[in-house]
Amino acid sequence: MSTIESNLQSAISTARERLDQHAYEMVQRHFHESTGCPFWLEKKTSFNFDPLTEVKNYDDMKKFPLFEDDWLRGGPVERWKMNDMKDQPTYVFETGGTTGVPKSRVVVNDFRDDYEIFSDTLPDQYFPRGGNWLMLGPSGPRRLRLAVEHLAQHRGGISFCIDLDPRWVVKLLKKGQMDQVKEYKKHCIDQAITILTANHNIKCMFATPKLIESLCEGLDERGMTMTDTGITGIFSGGTEFTPQWTRFCVEELFGGPAEESGIFMTPTYGNTLMGLACSKPVTAAEKYKISYYAPQPRAVTEVVSFDDYNTPVAYGETGRVKLTTLTPEFFVPGFMERDEGEREMPFETYPWDGVSGVRPFHEIASGTTVGVY
Amino acid sequence: MLEIPVIRWGKPYESLETTEVVHFNTGESIAKVHSANGGLVTRDMRTASKSRDALRQFSCAQLIEKIGQAADLFENGTLPLGDGTQSPDEFVRHQSASTGLPEHMCRSNMTKNSFVMRNMTEILQCLTRGLDLDILTRGYGMENRGVVVSYQAQTPVLGAVLPSNSPGVHTLWLPAIPLQMGLVLKPGSQEPWTAYRVASAYKEVGIPPEAVSLYPGGHDVGSALMDSCPRSMIFGSQNTVDQFSGNPRVQVHGPGFSKVFLGDDCVDNWEQYLDMMVESVYINGGRSCINASAIYASRHTLEIAQAIAEKIGPKEALGPEDENAGLAAFTVPGMGKAVWDMVKEDLKADGVTDCTEKYGDRLVEKERCSYLRPVVAHAESPQCPIASKEFMFPFATVVKCPQEEMLKAAGPTLVGSAITEDQAWIGQLTDATSIDRLNIGPIPTNRLNWLQPHEGNIIDFLFRSRAYQMSEARVAALV
Repeated sequence: MSTIESNLQSAISTARERLDQHAYEMVQRHFHESTGCPFWLEKKTSFNFDPLTEVKNYDDMKKFPLFEDDWLRGGPVERWKMNDMKDQPTYVFETGGTTGVPKSRVVVNDFRDDYEIFSDTLPDQYFPRGGNWLMLGPSGPRRLRLAVEHLAQHRGGISFCIDLDPRWVVKLLKKGQMDQVKEYKKHCIDQAITILTANHNIKCMFATPKLIESLCEGLDERGMTMTDTGITGIFSGGTEFTPQWTRFCVEELFGGPAEESGIFMTPTYGNTLMGLACSKPVTAAEKYKISYYAPQPRAVTEVVSFDDYNTPVAYGETGRVKLTTLTPEFFVPGFMERDEGEREMPFETYPWDGVSGVRPFHEIASGTTVGVY
Repeated sequence: MLEIPVIRWGKPYESLETTEVVHFNTGESIAKVHSANGGLVTRDMRTASKSRDALRQFSCAQLIEKIGQAADLFENGTLPLGDGTQSPDEFVRHQSASTGLPEHMCRSNMTKNSFVMRNMTEILQCLTRGLDLDILTRGYGMENRGVVVSYQAQTPVLGAVLPSNSPGVHTLWLPAIPLQMGLVLKPGSQEPWTAYRVASAYKEVGIPPEAVSLYPGGHDVGSALMDSCPRSMIFGSQNTVDQFSGNPRVQVHGPGFSKVFLGDDCVDNWEQYLDMMVESVYINGGRSCINASAIYASRHTLEIAQAIAEKIGPKEALGPEDENAGLAAFTVPGMGKAVWDMVKEDLKADGVTDCTEKYGDRLVEKERCSYLRPVVAHAESPQCPIASKEFMFPFATVVKCPQEEMLKAAGPTLVGSAITEDQAWIGQLTDATSIDRLNIGPIPTNRLNWLQPHEGNIIDFLFRSRAYQMSEARVAALV
């Protein structure tokens, strides 16, 4: 075994020990009467095991039933508040909700913690400290909008944002009103370009692939490019993030890799339940392959067999993405994402499993409506 | 296995995403086709005018001559395709293997396409009503009756989202290049072959390659193409028709609901027209929008339905190489059964008789594909739901309906063949805006005369006739 391999093996072992310890501590916290939230304390009574004594490491998490996101629908939302955080200012973030009751997650500090950890992965050269941000994504009761604002503030900048109601867009798509969808997208891009051309010294941006593409088209119609806006750092996310799209974006929308165009883009994978998984650097040499690594030990992503959600697939094999969230204020033991992908090897920066080729889970893909963002 | 790149204004582009085209019967991979993303199309369309500029280096007459040469290569030549070549026999085998059409039907569609390429002079003469094609190049000119006219091109390129089910429809976009308009095509996922072979033949005969772009890919590619091409055609379902109906930028080709109308003056002699009706229903595997899906008559309808059923009901699902194969395979898993389930429901309705029932099971399921054997139904009235259905296999309903109610009851009809000598009714048929192509006489619905426009004249779609006034001196200089 070479020194590099040996160092990596050691890092993998250390990360695993840290995850085991963290899993134990979080289970203790979430299932102890003094700290846990009413939902899990009540749920505990239906288990045929005692989480406080029988969950000693991450593997023991398999004893919990899979998390059902429907549990997050409807009130009282206070049942998710940790007993020792009752008096702290609390946010509620929603996901879904085009029709029916949306899923809600209460948050005290998690979004700040997640995005401060993520901030450490951003290169200052392209995401300059003190630079202002544009949040080109959904507004309303979403974690992402506030998280990006916190990220900007954490890095010493100010975040501008636009009005974008994704629920309305999904309704239009379901009704087949494509002209209205295009008009709405144009409305969003018009807002973005107005901000970008108003001397606000915006250097960084969050945008989804679709909105990056639309922004570049909108700029092109005005005889401008992304370079002209002054933006140098973009973080983005979404299942439309394919290697081919990334290549197109880098080569044709931005005019080349960061060293040539001066624009750096990093894909991310995340949602309201998890936080933010970062990607391994995406390069032309690796054919723009996108591999995501969860912010362990706060969250874990596994690629598991379609037939047995407790069994990881072999490296390189395809499976469904399983998410576990273990923060001091939110506990999700094994949630089956609506995505699938390939299991990726650990590497120096992230010495734990990753997932690549993320795309909608094939069994439900046809029923998924992908909106304007 | 062939590897087929995206073509961006004549230049190959290797995508990081590919899809495999597989043989429907054996599962063998035939080709790896590179997939574009929608953004590529939008990006490329910014320079679409260069495509027309390149074509205008040649006169329409020169382009027509080159297309005539390309027709021979298309039909008989071994042409470059991706990282390999493709002979005519390979083309037929590839197309059959991916679409499920029997090979002899692929060969016949190949001949149809090359016929149109070879006869472009006559076709354009008819579609332009004898206009000097230089007028289209210049945008204005003097007609031979001594009047200044102007035809303004509405687009530098014609876009098309092509289907996988019927290779014959490619004839519709073939006139674009001789009209000096570039082509921006999204080939059907199961039928990339014709578009690539035409492009290859064009390149071989010296048509500027930068005039053609080919973007295989997903729905986002189709949407981007339709959004960014000022004029495009799309082939799809009734939903597609409804979505683009009334959009002047789009020529939409959906289900045909083609029909045969038997007039009261001829219906007693229906047996004379039996072969014509059978051909209209059965030819080309019943897959085309120009196949008849209904036959309207006021009497003898059950006898007509039974007679057609007797002719085509016993037809078996034969292998694609069999010269007698008349049915095309459903190559999408589960599709044959899904279609059959819909047909079965319609056959259960009151007033409907299944005339092919006695010829055995209709659904034939194989390991990797399925077939539907011909279905002929009889409907007591046009109100039976089955009377207004069309499916992608030999399927027709013979509908009992008084002649005076036929036009109202029949609904939209791509090809209507009316068998009658009744001049008053011929007048009503001629006036009926619900019928696109009207045949008077026992002409099978599938026999199209290419000198006639199809679902709108492509000249009117691509050019706008407008006023153009010039000083007398300039007019005199035109003469």
